[in-house]
Amino acid sequence: MSPTVSRTVRRPEPPSARAANGLRDRPKLGEIAPRVLLPLTALGLGLAAWEAVVKVFALPPYELPAPSLVVETLIADRALLLGSLLVTLETAALGLALAFVGGTALAILFARSRLLEATLYPYAVILQVTPVVAVAPLLLLYLPQPLAVLACAWIVAFFPVLANTTLGLRSVDHGLVDLFDLYGASRRARLFRLELPAALPAMLAGLKIAGGLSLIGAVVAEIAAGSAGAGSGLAYRIAESGYRLNVPRMVAALLLLSLAGVVIQAGLSLVAWLTLRRWHESAIARER
Amino acid sequence: MTTPLLTLTGVGKTFASGTRALEGLDLAVRPGEFVALLGPSGCGKSTALRVIAGLASPSEGTLAWDGCAGGEKPAPGRLGVVFQDPTLMPWASVSQNVRLPLALTHRTAGADERVAAALARVGLKSFADAYPRELSGGMRMRVAIARALVTEPALLLMDEPFAALDEITRFKLDNALLDIWATLGTTVVFVTHSVFEAVYLASRIVVMTPHPGRVAADIANDAPHPRDERFRTSAEFAARCRTVAAALADAMGEPPP
Ligand SMILES: Nc1ncnc2c1ncn2[C@@H]1O[C@H](COP(=O)(O)OP(=O)(O)OP(=O)(O)O)[C@@H](O)[C@H]1O
Ligand SMILES: [Mg+2]
Repeated sequence: MSPTVSRTVRRPEPPSARAANGLRDRPKLGEIAPRVLLPLTALGLGLAAWEAVVKVFALPPYELPAPSLVVETLIADRALLLGSLLVTLETAALGLALAFVGGTALAILFARSRLLEATLYPYAVILQVTPVVAVAPLLLLYLPQPLAVLACAWIVAFFPVLANTTLGLRSVDHGLVDLFDLYGASRRARLFRLELPAALPAMLAGLKIAGGLSLIGAVVAEIAAGSAGAGSGLAYRIAESGYRLNVPRMVAALLLLSLAGVVIQAGLSLVAWLTLRRWHESAIARER
Repeated sequence: MTTPLLTLTGVGKTFASGTRALEGLDLAVRPGEFVALLGPSGCGKSTALRVIAGLASPSEGTLAWDGCAGGEKPAPGRLGVVFQDPTLMPWASVSQNVRLPLALTHRTAGADERVAAALARVGLKSFADAYPRELSGGMRMRVAIARALVTEPALLLMDEPFAALDEITRFKLDNALLDIWATLGTTVVFVTHSVFEAVYLASRIVVMTPHPGRVAADIANDAPHPRDERFRTSAEFAARCRTVAAALADAMGEPPP
């Protein structure tokens, strides 16, 4: 007896059809809910407890402002505080952008010349390990305040970009290098078609670290300038409100500063995801 | 007899570590041949292929190309290489990967058609926009083959391209490769350590000795084409495999199997 062989012809699903089926890769609602609801519940409980403590012990606002008062301040001073938020975000973003351009350019030069790398890398490290709080007053002495603040944001963001891009440019697949050799690729083609794309995941990881640091750099410089300065960023608002014992506004400004940090991180995560989602393991959900 | 496309004379390669991978390797590859380089692991097959591809320079001996002045290499794109791994750019789509050799050698005219034709030849037309990570191992290898073919090279070098694949996929790709060889008339140098693969594919089998690598036997494999599954299971195939296996055992200094 011959075995029966059933034949089902299955055509491979073209990728376009799979892309149209976009819902498949997304996490389910059941997984998101606890990740959003749990922290929100904790926040609600914490705020309620805080509010209760302030009410029960009748604490004056300069000792501990109630959350409701902070929100009121946030609304009342919104023009001032939102303006400051924009200034801070702008400074951090500009510092980050300059660090990205400068760090990437220097990393490319390092990849071209070991001599240059050996000469300059130690100073990049020194720039990194010197606490920026200590550098800020000196910068404020020589530069106009907005520029000094920007310089601080740039200094701290520069090194992660440089270090990560340098590493990324070195981790090019040797097989691909052979392939480019085989076809007599120009230096330009090597840089733009091989080295930079290969370095992209490392560069974006560096950028995420640099994003958080650039905000810290901007804040540190404004705090260092203190009330003597003529700043207008959130850190300056905190310092200024502190001298006036306007604690509700201090807390409100601090809240916005956290928000600025979250915005920067979320923005950079989005950029990384958009860039890497089709090909890099870090941006792809594992399918089981 | 036709002039060889490529002639290696007394080629030797010593690595900085002191390993002598090749010594006195003489080999002439004639146009249209399908040469299988057969030898045990570590006998210098990959090294020989890299020397031919110009990715490693011989420590001694010469490499002469038909139509090139002494010491000159053929123009980029006259040579296609398929490595043991697919080595695709993970950040580029299948069609962008296949287009790379055209872009690097500035052959922009008709690039789209060439890429499409190369993909069709390996049966991946509908996957042009997929990314390498979305493909199976065998499909990635086919992309690598399409990439090597896209410049219509005179010589195709392949370094154990199917070694990491399962038998079913390997047989399929063997057939696809024979088909391409028959239709395009490309000269092929194919590195393998499988006697069966060599006998199935090649028109000529060059057996290499280990430590250091040189040619031990040069066997014509003139079984008629087209070769198919019937050939793979024929008595003739088995007999040819025995001959080649004996030559290989001899090259390794072992008694014949
Ligand atoms: N870059 C290198 N540096 C030093 N020694 C090397 C290098 N590449 C290869 N060798 C040595 O040269 C010899 C031949 O290596 P080769 O890779 O050519 O072997 P092969 O025949 O391709 O083996 P396999 O079938 O395992 O791929 C080996 O002894 C290996 O150790
Ligand atoms: Mg090898």
